[in-house]
Amino acid sequence: MPKELWKGNEAIAEAAIRAGCRAYFGYPITPQNEIPEYMSRRMPEAGGVFVQAESEIAAINMVYGASAAGTLAMTSSSSPGISLKQEGISYLVGAELPAVILNMMRGGPGLGTIQPGQADYFQATRAPGHGDGRMVVLAPAGIQEAVDLMQDSFDLADRYRNPVMMLADGMIGQMMEPIEWKETEPRPPVEKPWAADGRDGDGKTHFVTSLRLQSEKNERFVQSLFEKYAAIERDEVRYEAVGCENADLLIAAFGTTARIALSAARRLEKEGVRAGLFRPITLWPFPSRALRELAGQKSVKAVMTVEMSMGQMVQDVRLALEGMKPVTFYGRTGGMVPEPAHIAEAAKKTLSEVK
Amino acid sequence: MQAKGAFPPPGERLFVILGAYGTGKTEFSVNLALALAAQGRKTALADLDLVNPYFRSREKATELESRGVELIAPTGALRHADLPSIPPRLPALVNGPDLAGVIDAGGDPAGSRVLASFAPDLRRRKSRVWYVLNRSRPENADAERALASLRAVEAACGLEVNGLVSNTHLIGATTAQTVREGAAFADLVSQKSGLPVACYAAARSLAGELWDLEPLFPLDLYMKRPWE
Repeated sequence: MPKELWKGNEAIAEAAIRAGCRAYFGYPITPQNEIPEYMSRRMPEAGGVFVQAESEIAAINMVYGASAAGTLAMTSSSSPGISLKQEGISYLVGAELPAVILNMMRGGPGLGTIQPGQADYFQATRAPGHGDGRMVVLAPAGIQEAVDLMQDSFDLADRYRNPVMMLADGMIGQMMEPIEWKETEPRPPVEKPWAADGRDGDGKTHFVTSLRLQSEKNERFVQSLFEKYAAIERDEVRYEAVGCENADLLIAAFGTTARIALSAARRLEKEGVRAGLFRPITLWPFPSRALRELAGQKSVKAVMTVEMSMGQMVQDVRLALEGMKPVTFYGRTGGMVPEPAHIAEAAKKTLSEVK
Repeated sequence: MQAKGAFPPPGERLFVILGAYGTGKTEFSVNLALALAAQGRKTALADLDLVNPYFRSREKATELESRGVELIAPTGALRHADLPSIPPRLPALVNGPDLAGVIDAGGDPAGSRVLASFAPDLRRRKSRVWYVLNRSRPENADAERALASLRAVEAACGLEVNGLVSNTHLIGATTAQTVREGAAFADLVSQKSGLPVACYAAARSLAGELWDLEPLFPLDLYMKRPWE
């Protein structure tokens, strides 16, 4: 297939349809408006359903309904809209329903700005909503990767019967990049004997609910969720490491910030500083063990985390390293984007402090 | 069909740049405005992109102004918004006659619609209305679809396109071959529509290999991503 130039939001929407998504529910918010716009045009052609809901809360509950009926469903929004969806995401977790939620993050808090941000890391990785629960969080650094991860998002959601979040910053949605549509084998349909899609076959009414009034039963259910999460933590960790072998410094960053950090690493190389990039692709489960191994190399003096926030992923970096090496942080926030020169400066400062 | 001679064409005052999303309208507009200023003309660039929140010509305000191009764009906090606000200096550029320049419209029918309110003036002032073609975009997969997109943009803004800009690229993955295939595509669209190709645009680094495309407009790349 020849390469085509796609805008991130449009490519992600097209990728979702190619992954088998047949129900999209959403409400407009910058910087992801091209997704509902594209879905409104393309979803009917693909034989699916597009609804512009009256609110983000309505949209996530429509996702619940479609998913309960056995359809691959998704919604997308940007930071403030995701906050509104959190109640529904918790219900998806509690009802063990597969769904994909895309957060094209902007600078917060509150309405903030429409420029890119990464400050919803805590929200995505710590608590998808209220109660004990987790969701897989995938963070693409470019449009090709976002397209490829869209297929994986639906696969993971189906395999684990759990919502999956794609966490991208606004730049991913708004920029253009050349991509290649890969020919993939059509996936075998996933059996969903639990789906509330009629009484055919077993003659039983299927209830899809997150309400379990008996606390003993609810505790057992939550424990079973965590067995599932343990399997995800064991099997689904993803990351990329560039130039980390024998590095003086590791720079940990995700999303487009990782690409800026890589530019900084190349500058540092010219000045004789070996900086490697460690880029988590799954933010949950966090690639703690891989980071620990790389940071454990004798050559590595410190790990610097770079984010478009005041420092959120840096906590996972610290938890992974358990004090093994010094951890520092450099970030811009509120819609501002870090520059390679400033990251390089911060890296040199980190190294001068630990030497 | 090709326009011969100097580029940008002398004697033309006002250029309206239309196109689908992501064809490179903004990069082209910034370069065209700088080229007009370099000819010693009093020049302005109007950023009328009301649909994109990022990667707009207003982000290049300092560079443009330092090289003699007035930036006409929403000011203050509105500079960072995606609101349908029309900058008050726009009529000065539309009506001239001393100010030359470029209107950088938003992509697709959605982005170009705002021009409709200025369409009568733009027609009366005989502005050049150019449609930027990038073969690599999915809506330009073939000449028929490209023309359908062009007609949809025309219908939305109430202006008739009178020239094509061949601007096929794949950002960092662009080769001279990419540009050449795009040029052949623009020629085909030109043939089918009767619209002349106003110029073939390509990154300056590739210009040496593309000397035979006439007129060639070498672009310096301003609209970079933070890691570039």
